[in-house]
Order: sequence, then structure tokens, then C-alpha cells
Amino acid sequence: MTDAVVHGHESSTGISNVKLGMWAFLGSECLLFGGLISTYMLYRGRVTGGPRPAQIFDIPFTSVSSFVLLMSSLTMVLAVSAAHKNEDRKTNLWLTVTALLGATFVGGQVYEFTAFYNEGLGFSTSLFGSSFYTLTGFHGVHVTVGIIMLMALVGIFKRSEVPGKKAEVVEMIGLYWHFVDIIWIIIFTLVYLIPV
Amino acid sequence: MTTDTTHTATSAEHSENHGMSTAGYIRIAAILAAITALEVSTVYIDFGPFFLPALLIMMAVKFVMVVSYFMHLKFDNKIFSLMFYAGLILAVGVYAAFLATFKFFIQ
Repeated sequence: MTDAVVHGHESSTGISNVKLGMWAFLGSECLLFGGLISTYMLYRGRVTGGPRPAQIFDIPFTSVSSFVLLMSSLTMVLAVSAAHKNEDRKTNLWLTVTALLGATFVGGQVYEFTAFYNEGLGFSTSLFGSSFYTLTGFHGVHVTVGIIMLMALVGIFKRSEVPGKKAEVVEMIGLYWHFVDIIWIIIFTLVYLIPV
Repeated sequence: MTTDTTHTATSAEHSENHGMSTAGYIRIAAILAAITALEVSTVYIDFGPFFLPALLIMMAVKFVMVVSYFMHLKFDNKIFSLMFYAGLILAVGVYAAFLATFKFFIQ
């Protein structure tokens, strides 16, 4: 049986409109983050004042944050899997754990930004600072939006007011969450691990 | 057959079609964690000329693993892959050209 029968709102192509729209959106997000990452790569060595990347990056701390976000992808996929099996309690549990891991990552980013600011790297200190805060800040906002969607979904499930089919709703938010994770995979390597 | 029964039956089929069990997902996560540890090790261990290619390959492997297995692109309709990879390839092409304009690759 095709995907179209499983999910509602199928298109003339026989696949879910919602899912197709989400993948098109994620494809367009590649262009947004591509621009931010390229700009950072171009400006990361432009430090006229303030600290240089190697002077302020705390690799062990960021590695732990990256690990936390990576594991949140595992809990998210377990939530999607549970939703497909109609296991409501497990779905809610994994969604909540994913949101908590995401909140831990964002908390770590807030701590990191504060530490960098205290070490003299403001938004307008240098081109490196501007492009770094813009890139990682945009990513942090995406994670925060993901957390809000996850918590809203848990709240909606508890009140049993799910619009559309539950598994597909969880899957769409899952796709967004994993996308945020793959963007961090790129940022972690290009921004933190490759020296200027 | 009612709509509800159809949905329940097809949900199970859909789950099977995704082709991954919980143990499978945990295995993928363990591999991703191991690659991340390897990536971090490059900061402390001298890999010589292999440093940059190794890091970029590991990044690409992690990216493809998450997209293929966690986002189910490997098991889903190919149109979804087309939508996503078209955006990705366009982005890589446009920004590689942008960086080349600023002589980024010959610095």
C-alpha cells in the first residue's frame, strides 16, 4: 500500500502534500544556512579587534553540546516510531525528552555567548564576531522554535485535540528537528573544529 | 472496512516500510556519537595532511546518516529526496561560486 493511503491530504502525485511541503521548506532552509555559513567562512579570519576564534572556543564544552543535540535526534526518531505504532505514552515521553535535550543545548549556547561576550567578543567587535553570532544565533532560534513546537505538541496530545493524523504531525516536527541537527553537524565542523 | 481500521493497519505497514527498529536507531546513534568523538580527537591528535579531508568526510557521513535513517529519506518516496537534495545542491553550488568570487579557495 502506498504512502498516500497512510497519510491524509494526498496530492495527485500520490504522496502527502504536507510532507512534500515540509521537504521543500527544508530544501529552501539549506539556502538560508548556506548563506550564513559562507559568510562566516569568509569573515572568520577578519579580526581587527577583540579575540580570535582559537582564543575563545571551548571545544570540550561545545563537543558535549553537540553530543546532546545528536542524542536529541535519537529521542525524536523514537517519538516518531512510537507515534507510528500508536503508543501515545511513549510518544509523549520521547517528545518531552527531546525538548529537554534541546533546552540543554540552547542553555549551553546562552552560556557560551555570555562567556564570549565577557571575553570581549561583542556582536560588532569584528566581522568574525558579527558572522559568528548571526550564524549560531539563527541556529539557536531554530532550535528554540523546535522546542516550542515539541512542547505544544505534547500539550495538544494531552488534550487530545490533534489536527490531522497524529503520526504525520509528529513526523513533520521530527523532520524539522533533524534538520536543525544536520545544520549543527556542519556548523560544529566548519566553525569550531577547522582552525582559521 | 472502516476508515479507522484501514488507518491502523496501514500505520503498521508504514512503520515496517521505514525499515528501522528501535535497536537499529540506537545503533545509528552510537555510530554518530563515535564519529563525533573521532572528529573531536582531530583537535588533539595531529592527523597531518589528512586533517581537513578526514573532518569533511566525517561531517558528510554524519549528515547523510541522519538524513537517510533518522529522516527516513532512504526509505521514503524519491520525490522527497529530490526536493531536499535539489535545495542542498543549489545551495552548495551558489555559495561555492560566491566564495570562489572572493578567492576563498586559493587563500
